[in-house]
Amino acid sequence: MIEIVDPDRCIACDQCIEVCPTRVFDRGPDGVPVIARQDSCQTCFQCEAYCPTDALFVAPLVTAVAPGSRFRDVTELEDSGLLGGYRRELGWGRGRTLGARTAVGPEYPD
Amino acid sequence: MTSTEPEQALSTDVLVIGGGPAGTWAAIKAAQAGADVVLADKGYTGASGATASVGTGIWYVDDVPELREAAMASREALGGFLADRDWMARVLDETHARMDELARTQRYPFPVDVHGRQLRGDLQGPEYMRRQRTRVQRLGVRILDHTPALELLTDADGVISGARALDRTTGETVRIEAGAVVLAAGGCAFKSKTLGCDVNTGDGALLAVEAGAQLSGMEFSNAYAIAPKGTSLTKTAYYSWATFYRADGSLLEGAASKGGRSAIARTLLTESVYARFDRATPDEQRAMRKGQPNTFLVFDRLGIDPFTDLFEITLLAEGTVRGTGGVRIAGRDCSTDVPGLYAAGDTATRELICGGFTGGGSHNAAWAASSGSWAGRGAAAFATGRGRPGRAVRPVGTAGLRPTGAVNLGHREVVTAVQREVLPYDRNYLRHADRLEPALRSLHETWSAVREGLGASGEELFRAREAAAMVAHGRWMYHAALQRTESRGMHKRADRLAQDPAQHHRLLTGGLDEVWSRPEAVQRQLVASGGRAA
Repeated sequence: MIEIVDPDRCIACDQCIEVCPTRVFDRGPDGVPVIARQDSCQTCFQCEAYCPTDALFVAPLVTAVAPGSRFRDVTELEDSGLLGGYRRELGWGRGRTLGARTAVGPEYPD
Repeated sequence: MTSTEPEQALSTDVLVIGGGPAGTWAAIKAAQAGADVVLADKGYTGASGATASVGTGIWYVDDVPELREAAMASREALGGFLADRDWMARVLDETHARMDELARTQRYPFPVDVHGRQLRGDLQGPEYMRRQRTRVQRLGVRILDHTPALELLTDADGVISGARALDRTTGETVRIEAGAVVLAAGGCAFKSKTLGCDVNTGDGALLAVEAGAQLSGMEFSNAYAIAPKGTSLTKTAYYSWATFYRADGSLLEGAASKGGRSAIARTLLTESVYARFDRATPDEQRAMRKGQPNTFLVFDRLGIDPFTDLFEITLLAEGTVRGTGGVRIAGRDCSTDVPGLYAAGDTATRELICGGFTGGGSHNAAWAASSGSWAGRGAAAFATGRGRPGRAVRPVGTAGLRPTGAVNLGHREVVTAVQREVLPYDRNYLRHADRLEPALRSLHETWSAVREGLGASGEELFRAREAAAMVAHGRWMYHAALQRTESRGMHKRADRLAQDPAQHHRLLTGGLDEVWSRPEAVQRQLVASGGRAA
């Protein structure tokens, strides 16, 4: 479930507002998106995939985490390398190689 | 539903409802045929639905007769011999051509093998769907994002003539008149939180049945996917390398991803189940990370190493998303039983290529690309021949839009009531008449209450329609499941364990206030266009 929109990273490009299939975000008064309908979040990670500055973080759980959770601590998520992890794997972002080009899974056992 | 403001109105040749793989291929092919096309998606074309958030295999088989023969033969028995060789061959041909186009024109970056040959058996959803969106835009299609369809429009002869939809960004409705409509709105996963599927609430089937269409294969609707508990990560494929355990660490006998999932369901009724991908070699582990990055995204965030740690699992319902039931296909151009209405992707039945077995993953992906392309071309041809609809066009929506009594019901309580009957393993998955019958009765009661008292206004309108579609879907599923008094394909009845040779037919289902199911005539006539003349 979406837990973080980091105002320090956000460039107010509106991408997350547009791409979210369930319209979780509204544009805030300062242009930074606000999580207006968290209970509509389906934990699909699309907003993170499209965010050009890794300002968003979707926790891996389908229910909201407690206020003190590490999934709401942007500094810790950055230090642990979790922030922006989906874009890194997809290879989305300047200078990266598209993940699809090397996405070869194992042969399935019979 | 009372509105005094004049509705915003659009007019087009082809309206495509749904912007996943089937809808985008339909839009591409209709536009290439010269039609003016509008594509409306409930969410965002490119990010919405069952494909955009996942990696998926696709039933892509090289054009080598022996390989194609083996591919077709491999699932006939699993599907209870309800698939059709002619359609399988057509889908293999069409999928081959579409993946070729995806590589050449959309420039999808397929991986290459050591000989420099592209490997086209898998697709990354986000990459695939963002390229589909760009292609659709370049062909001049008008994309309406965040615009769920509410109901179809028909003319005086019953020919489909467009739809009314809701613009979620303004809360206002829009009327889209069209010469033909393609329904590509996905299947129904009952908001179970299976990955990316909260938008897949069976809207397409409700729209179709309200306009007079029939459904087929609705008993094949009990697909459940494995996920780490509390997550949306229904990526079941890698559980081929898993071993399953009880809470005390002892082996769960008989449990497996394939051929042992019902043992997991039975155990989950009374206790927790754990898994570990402990059968993967180090090389396989590395390949698994490469193959499905979002699987490991979730494990990494949870701090779980799935190769060494036991993690608790659950099963999430995937209804007709991974089941095969949907709108009956009447013609080779994916026309339905209603003139001017075409169905594609998970909105349509996939029995033609899957029979009664799951279309999950590769078959559904191949069907989406193929049926979408056929439906787009078919709708364009129909609309070109017909022209734009005339004046006497009227909306045909029912439940959630036009309550027959005072509004006294909200969509949330309806969704809760449906989920109580369709999500539990001992009702939908582990089927038995003793449990299906009361569940169906309860859903019928909910439908009656919905018809009378479910209503909404403004942006909430589409929520009421989602809830109504889910109730209808549950009733069609269980009605068909009770009618098929045997076990066949994924439909396993604990009270009817054997496959009955006398029931070697597809089951058609339909109806709104009165639901019906009956066997399809054995000698099916697949004509070139819709069942009734336009």
